[in-house]
Amino acid sequence: MSANILTVDDSASLRMTTRLALSGAGYAVTEAVDGLDGLEKAKTRRFDAILTDINMPRMDGLRMIEELRRLPNQLGVPIVFLTTESDPEMKARAKAAGATAWLTKPFDAAQLLKVMSKVLTK
Amino acid sequence: MDPMETIRQTFFQECEEQLNETETGLLALEIGEADSETVNAVFRAVHSIKGGAGAFKYERLVRFAHVFETALDGLRNGALEASPAVMKTMLRSADLLADLVREARGDATVEDERLETLRGALAGLAEAPSEPATQEADAFAFQPLTLCLDDLGPPAPGWRIFFRPTADLYRRGNEPARILRELAELGDLDVACDASALPLLDAFDPGGAYLAWTIDLTTSAPRERVEEAFDFVVDDCDLRIAPLAAAPESETPESETPEAETQNADPFAFTPLSIDLPAIDAPPAPEASARAPARKPEISRTEAPVSQTIRVDLERVDRLANLVGELVINQAMLSQSIVEAGLPRASKAFDDLSALEQLTREIQDGIMAIRAQPVKPLFQRMTRIVREVADATGKMVRLKTEGEATEVDRTVFEKLADPLTHLVRNAVDHGLETPGDRAAAGKPEHGEVRLSAAHRSGRIVIDVSDDGKGIDRARVKAKAIEQDLIAPDAQLSNAEIDNLLFLPGFSTAAAVSDISGRGVGMDVVKSSIQSLGGRISVSSRPGLGATFSLSLPLTLAVLDGMVVKVADQTLVTPLTTIVETLRPKAKDVHRLGVDQRVLADRGAFVPLIDIGREMGFRFTPADPQSGVVIIVEGDGGARCALMVDSILDQRQVVIKSLETNYQQVQGVAAATILGDGRVALILDVDRFVAGAAACSQPPLAAVS
Repeated sequence: MSANILTVDDSASLRMTTRLALSGAGYAVTEAVDGLDGLEKAKTRRFDAILTDINMPRMDGLRMIEELRRLPNQLGVPIVFLTTESDPEMKARAKAAGATAWLTKPFDAAQLLKVMSKVLTK
Repeated sequence: MDPMETIRQTFFQECEEQLNETETGLLALEIGEADSETVNAVFRAVHSIKGGAGAFKYERLVRFAHVFETALDGLRNGALEASPAVMKTMLRSADLLADLVREARGDATVEDERLETLRGALAGLAEAPSEPATQEADAFAFQPLTLCLDDLGPPAPGWRIFFRPTADLYRRGNEPARILRELAELGDLDVACDASALPLLDAFDPGGAYLAWTIDLTTSAPRERVEEAFDFVVDDCDLRIAPLAAAPESETPESETPEAETQNADPFAFTPLSIDLPAIDAPPAPEASARAPARKPEISRTEAPVSQTIRVDLERVDRLANLVGELVINQAMLSQSIVEAGLPRASKAFDDLSALEQLTREIQDGIMAIRAQPVKPLFQRMTRIVREVADATGKMVRLKTEGEATEVDRTVFEKLADPLTHLVRNAVDHGLETPGDRAAAGKPEHGEVRLSAAHRSGRIVIDVSDDGKGIDRARVKAKAIEQDLIAPDAQLSNAEIDNLLFLPGFSTAAAVSDISGRGVGMDVVKSSIQSLGGRISVSSRPGLGATFSLSLPLTLAVLDGMVVKVADQTLVTPLTTIVETLRPKAKDVHRLGVDQRVLADRGAFVPLIDIGREMGFRFTPADPQSGVVIIVEGDGGARCALMVDSILDQRQVVIKSLETNYQQVQGVAAATILGDGRVALILDVDRFVAGAAACSQPPLAAVS
């Protein structure tokens, strides 16, 4: 069974882009439109990895990562966050929240797949 | 369609939403009606555009969005104050951002100079509060791609890596096994696991980190490749990488200390635990909640109300609207059949029919509501037009909007943008005076342009007004004479002079300015409004300003009409145009000239029009007393009386374009299908009103 990745982004075009790249590489993709939606979806099942934006309405990525790490069923699930802020502060904050890895925007499919293959166990 | 193209289009759709969000937010900030969430929302919107643009490699857009975002961040964290000057730059930047989006879409080009000027201005804003912001901006401007081709690693057989994760590494979902797997791709691994720190079971913390690895990697890969495997964990582990012992001399002095340590670290000081790679298992991930600081869940706080929307292909809505149109026709046919079947009025069939009618109407309203859009985005676009024209003409302008929530049909909405833009441009360019002139006239320096929308008796009324100098009637008249549009000795009322503006080819601008004079005159505005079934009128008060009023139908799909009979033909008169119906008395009908007749109605004379003759249904003039007269009102309030034989019914009809199905016919606005399946023509009331005015007032023949 292919790995199922949850992508969390408020931009539909970004979600479409990542879906295209990920499903092209054989991953199954589940989408969430913001942190709150992502959290709700993660509560119901365990994903093999989660890819999330930081800046989102309702609940941002940092909060979602923090909340996710408190869910027993999400322990150890790799969480990759997207960042355009090249400042180390955001990385530090996301890591402090419990993020596993990051991907700097803009990214292309190859960069995305590389990061995913790094964090995925399957 | 190519999936990337679909995504691209979605991206541009999102951009429109984000741009609106940006502008609304900035405008709220400008007038001090913003809360902290406003600036966050603006920041997020610009950030989103940047992110998406990056994915499509719209470099110019990305670069500008980045500088913009940096400046907005200053607003967000309070380093920058929302002063009028700052907000002006921000608003201009929002405009430029919108243009760059258009450029990316291929619809426009943005001059480098404008881009650089604003980039500079924004960078200046960002620079003032904090240095790093600018540095970041610069760092982003050119992304150096460092390729250290000459540093391909030592002539060593590989690397010795010492790796001891901290508990945080596990907590964040990283796993040594995955890192080892990645290293294995670089070459052969010889892994020794140090489990000496493992406590006895009773002291074992599942969230603890007890293992360390020493990895000998035989590879020709450079150090960077090895470090790459540890990209995400460098801060969460003790990591030392040194060349494998074979090449001890190749190291630089400053890195000697850690390496020496590694090399001195006797691999046999602990009991080596060699394991096959797949068997390496990270300790179970820790119970995160145990170590996370106790915090109250605050999810509900951030749960802002989000309106639930779906995107639907317009074509589907149109198809549905069409089907509902057919439903209306079918229902009319059904009711006709029931009537013809001679069923008693009190029968169940009639009850059911009226229930069906009610339902049909509700479905129709529902469809109209789906197609309806608030005029707000349209009005928002005008704020920008006002800014641009004000900047270009050196005028000071405030735009006030009213009734932004008023909804119009989507088709109307789309076709309204150009005429409205034109009117707003005109209001600023021609209507308003310069600050100096205004001061001299005792007016406030800031001119005001007011945009308002409202529903009024089944129509949408949109007013564009300014508090400028009003229409210069002497000049308008002189111009019209000069351009041979009216006779030099024509006697015109003020309203008639104002209406000269709508004549084809009329332009008062002495020199064609690059703002309003784009070869598109008010006549084009008028005809595009008319093509929507709308009317435009103007009123002006010298020294106080002018108002252009647009009146538009709520929908282009159906209309409430009065079904009338003329010379055995069935016609429909739009209900909204009807003022009253009456049976004229002989004494109220007066002859005027050879075959003109007027009707005295409530103290005024209105032209009496014989529809049967005008439409060519018959050649003998009808006797006004044998039929019914419908008083209708057209553009700008002029009236005329239409003579018909009888009134049959009042009902909702589905508009079928005559032009697309047949051709344009004078005096006919459209056609419809009646309950008995026959086609009926819908009268173009404006045409009759205008025609009547033309006959009685020759100089204005061309006006309407």
